[in-house]
Amino acid sequence: MEIIELISRILGASVVFATPLIFTALGGVFSERSGVINIGLEGLMIMGAFVAIVSNLTFHSVFGAATPVVSLIIAMIVSAIFALVHAVASITFRADQVVSGVAINFLALGIGLFLTKQWYDKGQTDFIESPIYSSNVPLLNKIPILGDMFFTGWYWTSYLAIAMAFLVWFIIFKTPFGLRLRSVGEHPMAADTNGINVYKMRYIGVMLSGAFGGLGGAVYALTVTHNFSHGTIVGQGFIALAAVIFGKWHPLGALGAAIFFGFAQSLSIVSSDIALLENVPSVFMLIAPYVLTILALAGFIGRAEAPKSLGEAYVKGNR
Amino acid sequence: MFSNRLFNILVPIISVLLGLISGAIIMLIFGYNPIAGFAALWNGAFGDAYFFGETIRQVTPYILSGLAVAFALRSGLLNIGVEGQVFMGWIASVWIGISFDLPMIVHLPLAILAAAVAGAFWGFIPGLLKAKLGVHEVIVTIMMNYIALYLSNSIVRNLLSDGADRTEKVAETASLQSNWLAEMTFYSRIHYGFIVAILMAFVMWFIINRTTTGFELRSVGFNQHASKYAGMNVSKNIVLAMVISGAFAGLAGAMEGLGTFGFMSIKAGFTNIGFDGIAVALLGANTAFGVILAAFLFGVLKIGALNMPTAAGVPTELVEIIIALIIFFVASSYMIRWVILWFKKEGK
Repeated sequence: MEIIELISRILGASVVFATPLIFTALGGVFSERSGVINIGLEGLMIMGAFVAIVSNLTFHSVFGAATPVVSLIIAMIVSAIFALVHAVASITFRADQVVSGVAINFLALGIGLFLTKQWYDKGQTDFIESPIYSSNVPLLNKIPILGDMFFTGWYWTSYLAIAMAFLVWFIIFKTPFGLRLRSVGEHPMAADTNGINVYKMRYIGVMLSGAFGGLGGAVYALTVTHNFSHGTIVGQGFIALAAVIFGKWHPLGALGAAIFFGFAQSLSIVSSDIALLENVPSVFMLIAPYVLTILALAGFIGRAEAPKSLGEAYVKGNR
Repeated sequence: MFSNRLFNILVPIISVLLGLISGAIIMLIFGYNPIAGFAALWNGAFGDAYFFGETIRQVTPYILSGLAVAFALRSGLLNIGVEGQVFMGWIASVWIGISFDLPMIVHLPLAILAAAVAGAFWGFIPGLLKAKLGVHEVIVTIMMNYIALYLSNSIVRNLLSDGADRTEKVAETASLQSNWLAEMTFYSRIHYGFIVAILMAFVMWFIINRTTTGFELRSVGFNQHASKYAGMNVSKNIVLAMVISGAFAGLAGAMEGLGTFGFMSIKAGFTNIGFDGIAVALLGANTAFGVILAAFLFGVLKIGALNMPTAAGVPTELVEIIIALIIFFVASSYMIRWVILWFKKEGK
């Protein structure tokens, strides 16, 4: 039964790293499907992590056991509002979306660290007192094999992330709202002609990406790091962006890609346990997600087709 | 009506002013004295010879990374991968610097050249993928950044040292450091690299404005289809633009490897030289001269900020916020143009 124990260990570690990526990648899907490139996912995660940690520290005594949930919600709301900056710049002021996203990343880190210095008088915050704990799902964890693999020692946020991916899939592909969102990203002029408010849809797309990106960063902070510093979010946002593209701008594809990237990240940690991978230098494990993304983009793993008008500002009346 | 040229000069100036004003407002909100804050920043950059030396030291790689981003942008390519190309140039220059025993006249140019080649190679890959397969260069370069980060860490640990966190120092003969400059500036880390940086700015100006290649690169940046119709090889120009851009970035790495530090160490994250290069290029309107000015401004902000906590109690990170806002304002130049035109109309 050693092999099952090993699989459940790898699976558990993968899912811990994958969960924040899933949330953030879903946010990326919303934004990019509406035609707005979001390089700023990293910054949105930073904002989410910062807000979650601060609200967790502040409201710990008020909400008690409910603190983690409250901090996740606050992080989502603040990050959605923060994403407005990207929306205003890239949709209304027609700024280059990539540049605006880069600025978001700078701005989030600057604000986070500035306020940390301001409020805690040091480079990082204190450690939070009510993080999210891993737990077993009652009854289901008694199922032989499957119970060990999927229902033992996971964080509840992981189940939420997977459920959310299916929900987002339903919203984007099975509801009128999703159809409008996609049409705005593919051919905004045609959508406008049909009476869809292009600007409104794109604002909603970017703000949803803020909410989900913030949730991703918040989950990472509350499950993995437990405090906020300059090193809390280092590149997870960009991996989430890679997951969006690797998953071909599809929510379920992004889910799969995020789990794969989580697996790749966990491998560099648990590979010492696996006889087959013991001799592979860890650097190959570390660069694997990025190399695979490039290969995917180059069309070696099926062609990835971006939304048609991704990255183009929509100017009413222009042809 | 305002001419386009005037707009191009006004937009960066207004953006910087707006950024600084926002910084002042933030300081006011948090109960600091903005005048004391900015005075501390000014003194931290120009206060004495040491601070000035450090400022020039910071400006040097910014010029080169700014040139790298600007050069690619002239051909319509956004090279976010400058960060990774800096890493590759850094590691290559240090590698040559520690493993050969040569006279300086050969060793130093060889180390610098190696950095340029390594950076160019790191730019070549996304350039080729863009030209041949149409893959978006932004995503590929982001991925290349991480590959460079982990690769260089692994090289430092396994190839250039015996599991240590940093390499040994580069040989005297490959070093850009200068006792003469250091003594003059109370032992700041200023080095001869700024000569290389200024020289490269001239090289960029020359290539872009005075050669056929430069004309073709700009033409591809304006309109790929028209360029192709006019008989230019668009693919070749895209690859070339990324290669030259990467070479500039590699040189920025050499400035750190041969000048500022003299070694390469394991890095937990990015140096931000490359990302700041994006801001520099944007603010400098993608011209060689503009990049020098913008790099100087950012160098002053970054180094001056270090003095802000001690002299005025303001956290250093305020400057990061100011820089981010400046990028926003430059990127949203449409808004600034619109406001200027509106004022113009009202004034009539």
